[in-house]
Amino acid sequence: MCLAVPFRIKSINGTMAEVELEGVTQEISIALTPQVNIGQWVLVHAGYAIHVVEEAEANETIELLEEMYEAQKNH
Amino acid sequence: MKPRKTTKVDPLELLEAVRDLTPLDKTVTIMEVCGTHTMAIGKSGMRQLLPPNLKLVSGPGCPVCVTHEAEVETFLHLAQHENVILATFGDLMRVPGQSSSLAQARAQGARVIVVYSTLEALKLARLYPDREVVFLGVGFETTAPTVAMSIMQASKERIANYSVYSMHKLVPPAIEALLSQGEVKIDGFLCPGHVSTIIGTKPYEPAAQKYNKPCVITGFDIEDILQALIMLLTQIKERRCEVQNQYVRGVNSQGNMSALGVLQEVFEVADAFWRGFGTIYASGLKLRERYQEYDALSRFEVPHFDFGKSVNACSCGDILKGKMIPPECRLYKRACTPAKPRGPCMVSSEGACAAYYRFEEFGG
Amino acid sequence: MELITLAHGSGGRLSHELVEEVIYPIFNNNGGQDLLDAAVIPVPVQPGKLAMTTDSYVISPIFFPGGDIGRLAACGTINDLAVCGAIPKFMSVGLIIEEGFPIRELKQVLHSLADTAAEAGVSVVTGDTKVVEKGNVDKIYINTAGIGFIPPGVNLNPQNIKPGDVVIVSGTLGDHEMAVLSCREGLSFGIEVVSDCAALNDLTKCLVATGAVKCMRDPTRGGAAASLWELAGQSKMTIEIQEAAIPLHPSVAAGCSMLGLDPLYLANEGKLVIIVNPEGEKEIIARLKNHSLGRNAAVIGKVANQDRSGKVLLQTALGAKRLVTLNEGEHLPRIC
Repeated sequence: MCLAVPFRIKSINGTMAEVELEGVTQEISIALTPQVNIGQWVLVHAGYAIHVVEEAEANETIELLEEMYEAQKNH
Repeated sequence: MKPRKTTKVDPLELLEAVRDLTPLDKTVTIMEVCGTHTMAIGKSGMRQLLPPNLKLVSGPGCPVCVTHEAEVETFLHLAQHENVILATFGDLMRVPGQSSSLAQARAQGARVIVVYSTLEALKLARLYPDREVVFLGVGFETTAPTVAMSIMQASKERIANYSVYSMHKLVPPAIEALLSQGEVKIDGFLCPGHVSTIIGTKPYEPAAQKYNKPCVITGFDIEDILQALIMLLTQIKERRCEVQNQYVRGVNSQGNMSALGVLQEVFEVADAFWRGFGTIYASGLKLRERYQEYDALSRFEVPHFDFGKSVNACSCGDILKGKMIPPECRLYKRACTPAKPRGPCMVSSEGACAAYYRFEEFGG
Repeated sequence: MELITLAHGSGGRLSHELVEEVIYPIFNNNGGQDLLDAAVIPVPVQPGKLAMTTDSYVISPIFFPGGDIGRLAACGTINDLAVCGAIPKFMSVGLIIEEGFPIRELKQVLHSLADTAAEAGVSVVTGDTKVVEKGNVDKIYINTAGIGFIPPGVNLNPQNIKPGDVVIVSGTLGDHEMAVLSCREGLSFGIEVVSDCAALNDLTKCLVATGAVKCMRDPTRGGAAASLWELAGQSKMTIEIQEAAIPLHPSVAAGCSMLGLDPLYLANEGKLVIIVNPEGEKEIIARLKNHSLGRNAAVIGKVANQDRSGKVLLQTALGAKRLVTLNEGEHLPRIC
């Protein structure tokens, strides 16, 4: 299961945060990701941030995909 | 940084790589455990484009699909209680019990409100202090922490008219139950991305090490799923059986420690009842003693429904193990149709039986 | 605050006052006439056909971003006439009001209905008001019926659809339902999009004048999927659409991914699904793009003959085809 969609943290108020994606805003709980900061991206599932996306990780996926893409092209 | 897939990768080239890696001489069966993967795969039409001997089968990973009929009867009974407002995720509205569903119960006067989150359910409890708001706790490890948080919040704010009926289920025990029951024709698993966000990569190790099944945790974009298939097929080709994480942007190997802590605080592991499978040892979550007042089952009188009854005729268990195809089930297309589903594989529109049914209707 | 009471529906003095002092002034065209039991309208004898439709509006909440139940009740009926190629002329308004409903809100809703009808050139000529006990309806329900004239030579019908015809939508899909969902109980979120609720009769008149339109639908409940499914079924043609060509507002796309919804099934209140002969495609697209209600129009597919089975196929980004069917039951937000 489980839809989770990346949103960006706009503001934080205690354990709640306002997040935004493409003009959709919602108030979510960040109680499960207490380390999160304004400006970071989080995966939101059913009103809760469940994961903070670290830049290095996001890049890693992109690099993996790009490596594979290059490998295929030269294949 | 926005966790977006790269635009440089062409999914058609990934598809080509999947085709190249599929062995010519044998059938490879991959189970996508997660219902959200099933939906993504169905929406993309990917199955039609894969080599015919690479089969994707849907696993028990749609938590509403595996909600047991007796659990459905239980919450339908809760809905009858005077003064109760049932708050539920939309997914649960159509899941049929023996005689009715939430949609039908609402038509008969029950107060049922679809919510997007437990935050909204708590809002309802604050808004209607004279009513009892019962939240229907379905979902796997991804969702259960959000339900646990709502219980902790209710306890903190002393919201006395909020309770939860916990039907939560756990993914790794279900995979292990599938694998431990004799011969299973599955060559590898696409493991659920967002469940793993919470639990990390370790819980899949028994499947890889004890049962020799390659496991790849993957995300939900079509590029993610294709890449994970490439990783699985490579493992199979090289005769490796490991847990790999394709979904690095969404999953840390240790999981979400805060969420695991909240789960541990509120819930304890219990046996759970799965539609089409019956009881699976230690595969569910129940409220701990100290949060008992928030347990809808201890707050309301509910008769005991028979949790053993429905399992007999339905072959979903064998279909999920790859032992049987849907038309071989004696309920298929007769007692069990998408409009009146009996087993979990027919409940979800993209479940194995529903997909088979629709494909046949499609004229294929 | 003045509230509607059961006495306002009793047929007595309060009923008369409500009609004479609140309702007539808003519609501004019956007050001076004799109070007959029916509207008596002189109709110029003209060739062509008469089109008539009716629809009931029960939306909750009654005020939503981009509109309200009054605007919706006018647009819905006007659009049902317009997509048949008719020029909408007359409308009736039936109100069923819950006791306790604020008269201020009633005025607001009726003004909105009256303004929308007037802008579209439609006269509200007759009506009815009933008041029911608290709890028997949700605030206010409105029924409107409309009459329009179809000019000679205009014949929009699914039977006209032929292989090779082009499928066009007049703009981004799902804006209305997403805007309404954003303020539903249990789902509070903010969204930049407002309802597309609009009267389409000016646009349809301009499109029908090209002679290239085979058939049109306004994809309300059930969304574009339901309209296409009906058109395919009635014409016994296979309609093929491209997923990547479907115009979507980025916020609607984001909202759909958040709530697990498919934009093809979301309701619209100011959009058209148009089947056009291939020669007319360019002209129709040009006219759409030139009109404020068609700026984001796009060709989304074509009519392929094949087996006369009357189905809709969607080609995905991967190039696979899947069947587009009707919704199973209510279209609900999901988390998995």
